This record gives sequence, C-alpha cells and structure tokens, in this order.
Amino acid sequence: MQIGAYSFGDTPLNPDGSFRNTAEGIRTLFDAIVLADRVGLDYFGIGEHHTVSMPASSPGALIAAAAAATDRIILGSAASIISTDDPVRVFQQLATADAVSGGGRVEITAGRGSSVETFPLFGHDLADYDRLYAEKLDLLMTINNSPTETVSWSGSVRPAIDALAVVPRPVNGRLPIWLATGGNAASSARAGRLGLPVSYGIIGGEPHRFAPLTELYRRSAAQAGHHTENVKVSVATFGLVAPSKAEALERFYPGWHTLNVEMGRLRGWGAPDRRQFDAQVATPGAYYVGDPDDVAERIVHLHGYLGHMRHFLQGDFGGLPPEHLHESLTLLATEVKPRVARLLAAK
Amino acid sequence: MVTTIGILGAGRVGSAIARTALKAGYAVTIAGSGPAADIQLIVDIVIPGASAMSAAEVAASADLVVLAVPMHKFRSVDPATLAGAIVIDTMNYWQPIDGELPEVATDPRGSSEIVADHFATARLVKTLNHIGYHDLETDARPAGHPDRHALAIAGEPQAASVVAEVIERFGFDAVYAGPLEAGTAFEPGSTVFGGRHTAAELTAELEFAAAADDAA
Repeated sequence: MQIGAYSFGDTPLNPDGSFRNTAEGIRTLFDAIVLADRVGLDYFGIGEHHTVSMPASSPGALIAAAAAATDRIILGSAASIISTDDPVRVFQQLATADAVSGGGRVEITAGRGSSVETFPLFGHDLADYDRLYAEKLDLLMTINNSPTETVSWSGSVRPAIDALAVVPRPVNGRLPIWLATGGNAASSARAGRLGLPVSYGIIGGEPHRFAPLTELYRRSAAQAGHHTENVKVSVATFGLVAPSKAEALERFYPGWHTLNVEMGRLRGWGAPDRRQFDAQVATPGAYYVGDPDDVAERIVHLHGYLGHMRHFLQGDFGGLPPEHLHESLTLLATEVKPRVARLLAAK
Repeated sequence: MVTTIGILGAGRVGSAIARTALKAGYAVTIAGSGPAADIQLIVDIVIPGASAMSAAEVAASADLVVLAVPMHKFRSVDPATLAGAIVIDTMNYWQPIDGELPEVATDPRGSSEIVADHFATARLVKTLNHIGYHDLETDARPAGHPDRHALAIAGEPQAASVVAEVIERFGFDAVYAGPLEAGTAFEPGSTVFGGRHTAAELTAELEFAAAADDAA
C-alpha cells in the first residue's frame, strides 16, 4: 500500500485571522513536498484550486519544480480540473515535469471540480459541465495513448487537432491518468469503462460505504475487457498524524473549523458542529486524524472494504502551522507506512 | 398509502434516498437522465433492490416521486409525466455548485416555488434538501430515540402529511413548516440548512423564521 499526502495549498494566516500572501502558501507547499520525498512518502498530490485560502492553481508548475528537487516520490495533480483547462497544455506541462523527474514519477488525475470558480475564470459555461469533461478527458487520453508525437482529434468543445505535434512525450511512453470522483456512481462506471485507475476523494460520511462503488468500478472495467494492472483504486481523505491522538485532534481542529466557516459562508451552512467533528475522527468516520497506530489501523480497516493501493491525506487547510504538517508527513512515512504494511501482511 | 417511491436522478442524492427508502421497506424505482439500461449496472450494485427505469416509467410506477436532479436541470423533467403526483423537491439553489441561474437569482421567492411553476399540475412538497446525503444514511434513528433528528416539510397540508409519514419511516421526525413559501426557512443560508436539530429545536427555528418574516 502506498501512503501519501495531498494539498490544495494553504495560505498562512496572520494572528488576526487575515490571510498572508498567497505566494507563501505555495512556498510552504513546495517545502512540504521536498520533505515528503526525503522522509520516504510514496506520493504527493497537488489539487488545483483557485481561492485565496487554497492557492494551488497550477499543479503542473509546482510538480515540475518538485520533480527537480526530489528523487523518489510520485508526484501527481490531485486533481487537474480538465473541464476548464486545455488538455493539450495539461498533458504538456505534466509530460515536461515527467522529463525533468527522470521519468516515471509524474501522474495526472483528471477531475471535474466540485467548485465552479474555474468556469468564470476561464470563460466556460457551467451548462456545458458534462460535455466539457467528457470531451476533454477523451482528448487527454487520445494524446496520452498516441504512439507518436503526432496527434489528431476532433470534438465540439475546442477546434480540431489535425496531425499536429504534441511534445514532449512521457519518458515511459505514457503518463498514468487517474479519474477523480467524489462518489457519483456514474463516474465509477465511467472510470471502469475507460480502463482508468480511479481516485476517490472521500471528505465526509463513512468511507467504507464506498465499497459498492469500487465493485461497480471493477465490474465495469471487467465488462469492458480492461487489463487488471490498470484497474486500481486510490483514496484521498482528510487526515493528520501527531505523536498522540490528542495532539493530532488539537492541531487539526482549528483549520477544520476555519475551513468549514469559509465553506459554510459560501454554501449556506451554519456554524460547524463539534459533534460532527468528533464522529468523523474515529471509525467509521472519514477524518484520519490520530497517532500512527490509530491512523494505520483505520487505513487497513478501510482497505478491507475498498482494496485500495494508495491512501493519501490532506491536513493542511485553515492555516495549519508548517511544523505540524512536517511532523505529520514524517510520521506518515516513518511510522504509519510500516505499520500498514505489517498489518496488511498479517491479514 | 405510499408503497412505491420513484426517484428521478441516480446521482449521490438520488442513490442515498433510494437506499434509505429500501431500508424503510418501500419499493423503489429510479431513473437517470437516459434509458434504464444506462444505469442498470449502477442500480444493481449501488442500490440493490431498486428497479432501473426510464423517467416516464418511474413517474407512472410510483405513489410518490422524488426529484433529485441538479437544480440547473429540473426543466429537463417533463411536467406532464408528474400531473397530479405528490413530488418531493430535494433541490437547492446552490450558487457555488450550480453556478449563476439568473431565473432563480433574480426571483425573490423560494427555489421550490420556482420549481412548482414548472410542475404546475404536480403537488410539490419541499423536504430532504437541508440534510446532507451522507447524513441521511447515517443519522436515521427509530422513533423516540434521543438522537433522532427532524426534517422540515413545506407544501399543501394534505400532500405534506403523506410525505411526513414517509420521512418518519425513513428514521426522522417530520416537522411541518407551512405551505411551499415557508420552505425559504430551510434553504441554503438559513439557520436550519445543514444543521442537526431535534423536532423541538427545528420547530423553534421555523417559528422564529416565520415570526421574522411577519415582522418584515
């Protein structure tokens, strides 16, 4: 089981709660990725976001920088909002990062975006949400699966490409392309039909309830006759590790509260409820916040339901102090990962 | 009496309501945006026990229909198929999710009143919109349980009482808020939306909202 982390960027806060410069959030994130590589984490994902609190708008640029500064860690967008971007550019940026990395360490996760900031920002109509995603995913896969630099494609959401060069090619021929979903059943079926690995973002509820979705995914892939090596599941959840569970909760709660106040203001929720938080930080909840034993046991528990091959955590939002993020990344790599391996081997 | 619940929309909300209804002992029919075959495998695995159908077949088969499509797509549902039916509107106008819908944004009424214009011959009832789809499946409790939450209902009284019985069987106390206009008290941005309330707490919130409305 691969263990990793992901982030949308986390702009630091001033003592009065106002935001510091968004560039600081990017620099902090870059430093965290370099640390994650050094301590031995398997994967780091950068999720495209376009808000002052979460400024990781350009996964390709950050991954290229990180590719040059790291040796072993797998780097991926988690996710790239391909609906509102140009798949040619997304592919080229990540393929460039792949070349810089030496090859084989860069992945793309294709998402639709659960927020809609990118639609006005890049001049797209939300009414085209489904068509944009379907066609742009098709274009991205067409480029990736092309045996040569020369690509042809036509569709309705952008001008046709008639035998034009799309460079560079990935070092190993293709980039792994994952399909991101938050639990819509049709997305699981689509990932299976297309033979793409699927990445579940599980940000609430009870993660083991995703088991039927993974079954739907695997059955859809089998029906379409896809090779099993590419049929795999990863899981992204909230989470933070600290030496003790009490410390982990104490460190995670303020950022969670800040995030929920911000989201609530945007989406019309009331004040966040501490009882909801308490329910989520223990089995069967969705927040993997605790000491290494606790987090490892819960990842293995979920594995019994979903059979995932990678679990990665996001703990840096709402202005998490970087030292808490660093300790969490270190514990994930040095304490959680070996425990997960041991527990899975003993099963 | 309701024995079959028809669900229009096989996304996360529709699936969660379908599973909840099955668990409560109802027969469930469900449709996505296309033919039944498109969602057959999804229904078999994710909503076992439900029957996949076309939207028109769902409307014809059910004693009660649940609208669980994204707000920006409600006009894709043919109102003629729902004439005379009791229809639960679970939808919310959520600008960050739906984007700007000018017809809703510029209309001072609640979103369900706008939806009711489209389904003029249906008996529209607003509920199930202010609880998250995850919570619907995890928070159901038997009647009398101290942790049982309440859900608000707005619509004409007779249709609302039919829906209330269903909500109770789903595992929640039903609190009648008043006619469809009263639904604004539990839309996004209200104190009720997304919160957890007992029946007494929810009744107090709705009374407070009604009083504030009268004063305005």
